[in-house]
Amino acid sequence: MSLTVGVLALQGDFREHAATLHAIGVESIEVRRISELEKVSGLIIPGGESTVMQKLAVAYDLFEPIKNKIHNGFPVFGTCAGLIMLAEEILDGIPGQAGFGGLDVSVRRNAFGHQLDSFEADLEFAGVDGLVHAAFIRAPIVDRVGAGVEVLSKLDDGRIVGVRQNNALGISFHPEVAGETRIHELFVRQIKNA
Amino acid sequence: MTDAQTSKPVTGTPLVKRGLAEMLKGGVIMDVVNVEQAKIAEDAGAVAVMALERVPADIRAQGGVSRMSDPDMIDSIISAVSIPVMAKARIGHFVEAQILQSLKVDYIDESEVLSPADYVNHINKWNFDVPFVCGATNLGEALRRITEGAAMIRSKGEAGTGDVSEAMKHIRTISGEIRALAAKSEDELYVAAKELQAPYELVREVAASGKLPVVMFVAGGVATPADAALMMQMGADGVFVGSGIFKSGDPAARAKAVVKATTFFNDPDVLAQVSRGLGEAMVGINVSDLPAPHRLADRGW
Repeated sequence: MSLTVGVLALQGDFREHAATLHAIGVESIEVRRISELEKVSGLIIPGGESTVMQKLAVAYDLFEPIKNKIHNGFPVFGTCAGLIMLAEEILDGIPGQAGFGGLDVSVRRNAFGHQLDSFEADLEFAGVDGLVHAAFIRAPIVDRVGAGVEVLSKLDDGRIVGVRQNNALGISFHPEVAGETRIHELFVRQIKNA
Repeated sequence: MTDAQTSKPVTGTPLVKRGLAEMLKGGVIMDVVNVEQAKIAEDAGAVAVMALERVPADIRAQGGVSRMSDPDMIDSIISAVSIPVMAKARIGHFVEAQILQSLKVDYIDESEVLSPADYVNHINKWNFDVPFVCGATNLGEALRRITEGAAMIRSKGEAGTGDVSEAMKHIRTISGEIRALAAKSEDELYVAAKELQAPYELVREVAASGKLPVVMFVAGGVATPADAALMMQMGADGVFVGSGIFKSGDPAARAKAVVKATTFFNDPDVLAQVSRGLGEAMVGINVSDLPAPHRLADRGW
């Protein structure tokens, strides 16, 4: 089956996601319009600024269509700002900030502080053999998980940085800038099984 | 680097420094001089703000020595917005940079818009955990800044003019030089490195990949949505807008329009729509009317 994954390309590191998909032999297109959204079997929401992505998604009539698709079981994978966009509740957001939802979790923006506190670490990740090399850049964390949310990865101190609920996969960090392809492979398998 | 055995977190690495710039791509970074402007910028969809006491147009008009902003002012902006906050240090003024790092700004701009503190050396940016962005007018200059530790490059343009011609010249120069480098044979790269006055290893990396190893934004003279889209079509990863927004008639509307134009830079219908009804653009100065000593882009070496 030929499979095309969309990368939401309003702002952020969408090219790195496309390159990561290319590296594992998966075709991708940039999604900025409804017509592009209709062509893909799953959507990646990249890193970037969640406040900006929300505004641009609303301005270009993508917000409601993406939200509806996610709530109807469309496979979606968010990294960093993308995790924020999938959270049912956003903590430390700006007034009026809301995401698409899809994950019954509370996510705290900039949970580690300033850029000076950004870091690299190696983590265990459910469904991936060996450690995952992860870059946390002004990263969010998951403060609360609802029933039915599977925790996939935690930091050593127990803070949650990877979750999945049905069709939605969300992580705090950036495999796409760290040369890590295995979580994208996991998402592609999830699409194929959908 | 991270120790795989202990998975101990490591801060201040090149990956996390360059990585923040990756997250800003496709976005607009706006100069702001107070909390009110910072909020307007955030509301409009800026990916980051540059906190400074005077926008370049005022620095140009008022003259005198221009320095790092007051820490109180920078603090007030850091508390007011949730997006990253950048601030400027003078070229070569590593103590201003130490102070900015202590204030926990998210990025330091070692900027020719301020008066240089050292006419020979730039800051050794490897000594810092906070990432730096530096200006460049050509590829050699960009590679020298990266060698000194810059995690992001912005082409300089001519700040505070509202004249996009220098920004155009610099991005054309940098991307043209990268294309020329990519076309060279391996044997020719040694001399290319000599001519660019940049380290051979970095020159070879750019020749092989056909791009800079860090994100490049465009700055200096962007005043309209069309200017921003022009820079994006020229291959910029994003845009800095300084005086262009808050020196215009309706900053909030213009800020939003520039953000949209930067996303939809390839769609003339969207660009036409966002260019309507913005009121007056900043008045502007033609770069050709500026006597050479007043050109900021010539600062930096």
